[in-house]
Amino acid sequence: MVRWFKPVVFLACLGPLARLGWRAYSHNLGANPIEFITHSTGDWTLIFLLVALAITPLRKLTGQPWLIRYRRMFGLFAFFYVILHFMTYIWLDKFFDLHEMLADVTKRKFITVGFTGFLLLIPLAITSTSGWIRRLGGKRWQALHRLIYCSALAGVIHYWWLVKADIHKPLEYAVVLGLLLGYRIVVWVGPRFAHKTLTPNRLEVPSH
Amino acid sequence: MLIKKAADISSSEITPKGLYLNRRKFLAGAALAGAATALGKGVSEVLSPSFRALANAKIEGIQKSPFSTTENITPYNDVTNYNNYYEFSTDKEEPARLAKNFKTRPWKVTIDGLVTKKQTLDVDAILKMATPEERVYRHRCVEGWSIVVPWVGFSLSELIKRAQPLGKAKFVEFTTIYDASQMPGQRSHVLDWPYVEGLRMDEAMHPLALLCFGMYGEELPNQDGAPLRIVLPWKYGFKSAKAIVRIRFTDSQPVNTWNRTAPNEYGFYSNVNPTVDHPRWSQARERRLGEFSKRPTLMFNGYDQVASLYSGMDLKKNF
Repeated sequence: MVRWFKPVVFLACLGPLARLGWRAYSHNLGANPIEFITHSTGDWTLIFLLVALAITPLRKLTGQPWLIRYRRMFGLFAFFYVILHFMTYIWLDKFFDLHEMLADVTKRKFITVGFTGFLLLIPLAITSTSGWIRRLGGKRWQALHRLIYCSALAGVIHYWWLVKADIHKPLEYAVVLGLLLGYRIVVWVGPRFAHKTLTPNRLEVPSH
Repeated sequence: MLIKKAADISSSEITPKGLYLNRRKFLAGAALAGAATALGKGVSEVLSPSFRALANAKIEGIQKSPFSTTENITPYNDVTNYNNYYEFSTDKEEPARLAKNFKTRPWKVTIDGLVTKKQTLDVDAILKMATPEERVYRHRCVEGWSIVVPWVGFSLSELIKRAQPLGKAKFVEFTTIYDASQMPGQRSHVLDWPYVEGLRMDEAMHPLALLCFGMYGEELPNQDGAPLRIVLPWKYGFKSAKAIVRIRFTDSQPVNTWNRTAPNEYGFYSNVNPTVDHPRWSQARERRLGEFSKRPTLMFNGYDQVASLYSGMDLKKNF
């Protein structure tokens, strides 16, 4: 891939934030700006999680191994947007009222599950460097980073439980996540099943 | 009452209010939109200025009301571009655009059930029943945001008295129009259409309960429930049914749409109550549109005069 491509993708990933900034600057965040920011950062967290999860299937199915070099970036952008989402919640929604936040996390299951999804991303962000891959060793690092499945699942459930009646949008995320996780199940289970019954050769185990 | 019709000037010649108020912004927006079109659709969505409502006919002879609050009125643009109106869309910004061509005339309202005289009235006949009043009410949505709106209408009791309900009528049920050809949201099954709401008779007869057909001195914009809606300031917003075509008197408690959809989350009464949480979020505070901090939510949304309607009732059970 050409050298300038990665910085361009990096800048593109900052697009959603730039859009929020532009809309804030031009007073175009709607009648309820804080709700707009909350929803927008939440949406982009889910999108980047799904994009990160799409890298492996995409690179296997299309035979484009270079795609893997973008996975960490997308994962970290998911973390970046979830931090913004979380900051919006604790600052603009709860105004750092610890008591109220604790009540939320324990009483509201959509907050509980969303918060869990966020917590699960923290070790992944910390251990995303090459140094940490070396320190943990490839196998253990990979096992740890499978947490992203739980995190993405938690994110979609968080959205699903939040809406009042129209599940249309969370359903879209759920379908995409279902396909991405379904691919992995097929890749893992398929050959094992086939191994027992018919063929001896196994498909390559996906790194994600 | 009179809704003044501009006799000598066709409506197509009147400059839409949004244009004359925001001409510069509109032009700037148009320029940006043009540039954005060149860049691609995604960008034009990002930059397009929010849709602005058109001017509606002014309502003449509006009286002031002692029920009005002196709190700051929420800007017209917010009240007309942030609407929970699932008949058009579940997206709050969409009803302004999707309701633009909604037909509010001719409009009939059927009054039936346990009444002396079952009848179907033209909405303009209903509008003439009493003197229009401006009622500046707080309006609290079950989702946790609130607005202050100068509604125009008169007490619902004026209509109920004229309908002469029978002694055994204990409840009133309101039905919103069901017309999927005009209301795209009704083509999806988000809710059970048509939208139904209901009140106990004493609630409906309370002077605060407003039969509403205008706001900000003008006829109601379509996205705010034209041509006829109710406004119940001490209850969560969804109780205030919009675009009403039927008012039915019954002896049994109506099943309101949101209660049918999620009975554990939305009750029949749905009085604003900071001490009873929605199962999924707290109702203790609210965000008044236009304000940065959240403010505490008041019992009955601050309309203590309705408290006697519920004396002796467990409001945690009857949420």
